[in-house]
Amino acid sequence: MRVLPYGDAALLLETEGVTAEVVALADACRAAELPGVLDVVPAARTVLLVAAPRTDLARLRAAVDALEIRPAEEGAPAGTVEIPVVYDGPDLDDVARLTGLDRPGIVAAHTGTPWRVAFGGFAPGFAYLSGGDPRLQVSRREEARTKVPAGSVGLAGEFSGVYPRSSPGGWQLIGRTDAQLWDLDRDPPALLQPGAEVRFVEA
Amino acid sequence: MIEILDTGRQALVQDLGRPGLAAIGVGRSGAADRSSLCLGNRLVANDDEGAAGIEILLGGFAARAAKDLLIALTGAPAPATVDGLPVGHHALVRLRRGQELRLGPPPCGLRTYLCVRGGIAVPRVLGSRSTDVLSGIGPEPLEKGAELPVGPEPAAYPVIDFAPVAPPPGGPVILRAISGPHAEHAVDPEALATARWVASGRSDRVGMRLEGATLEVAEGAGSLPSEGLARGAIQLPPGGEPVVFLADHPVTGGYPVIAVLRDADVDRAAQIRPGQPVRIRL
Repeated sequence: MRVLPYGDAALLLETEGVTAEVVALADACRAAELPGVLDVVPAARTVLLVAAPRTDLARLRAAVDALEIRPAEEGAPAGTVEIPVVYDGPDLDDVARLTGLDRPGIVAAHTGTPWRVAFGGFAPGFAYLSGGDPRLQVSRREEARTKVPAGSVGLAGEFSGVYPRSSPGGWQLIGRTDAQLWDLDRDPPALLQPGAEVRFVEA
Repeated sequence: MIEILDTGRQALVQDLGRPGLAAIGVGRSGAADRSSLCLGNRLVANDDEGAAGIEILLGGFAARAAKDLLIALTGAPAPATVDGLPVGHHALVRLRRGQELRLGPPPCGLRTYLCVRGGIAVPRVLGSRSTDVLSGIGPEPLEKGAELPVGPEPAAYPVIDFAPVAPPPGGPVILRAISGPHAEHAVDPEALATARWVASGRSDRVGMRLEGATLEVAEGAGSLPSEGLARGAIQLPPGGEPVVFLADHPVTGGYPVIAVLRDADVDRAAQIRPGQPVRIRL
């Protein structure tokens, strides 16, 4: 892990590049209650520690160096969420072409391996899911859609994700779900919590 | 209760935001100029210096007190009147029941804060009363006719009635920054500090875009796997015009962060008007 500078009130922790490592590092940062840290922001390869103004970054850095990081596979997932999906997405044919799988093969691959919430971003309740079947790695669409309906299930790079609300988007859409990814009247509002395990099932 | 008669271009309820939710895709948001909001709350002796106030963009705001209120205006010095009589900035102002407060366009600065003794007491969303214009979380932007509840009278009494604070500068602004995690994505990272930038009109609570020069993106660089963003991060998009992220910045982004403003200078950045010259000091 490398520690990169990020101004006078944050530190950027960079892993070797495996998402599981990011999940483990973010778990460790949250569990350690690092001094001055207001937010732990996991992403694809990095974890950003956002600290309160005037936090002693040298002390924070020492606390980071002393972290005990357990590999994500060893840590129990923070609950399992099952998401029923109707696999009728508009990009199924493109995904089939890109992966060499047929439609039933795509469904089997997407439902066959549990995913893990790696990080959030893009929109409230959106979770980048990693750790799925590596055969499903596809590039984004060349042109983003101006409107992707809420509940759309997509693929991009090593990730899968579900759009919590209607928004523009460039992911390859393979299906849709009725699951409510984001509901402010629910506690917690996000269906997919950091570190949770996600299983897609065919509806 | 305070009744909104006019909102100007934008009037939003803001406190110090909702930190700690980035992992579920929710940014902190909060007052764009935190220090001005806190100053106003200290003047009216609110228990919490982060109590919710109203963030007003470029004046044009009017409100009527539905009960006797004690208020303070901070940030951009929009000329203010109560029932037509001028009142001061960074000062305690009594707004009696039925009286009207009106704000004209400020001569400098962008955002004026109206802090009320007791605080604006609209319901919290995920722990904060702030409107996040990027994610849409929090109260709706204020509209004419809105009636905002005011919280209970705090225990402490105001101890000063005026704070001698300089208004935001109207001329060139120097912002101090620290070289960021991906400075090498610019061919010449030092050029950020030597270029003469101008604040763009395409700026909002999400970020301030800098124009007037472009930074060349290094060959094969310019894009990264998603990475966490913080307030004050200076991102270099492919076009070469840097973006300084402000209160409602996205939680993650995929363009390189080449420098990060010193935290104390982020509030000053939030008061820079479109067209104002900006220099970055690394």
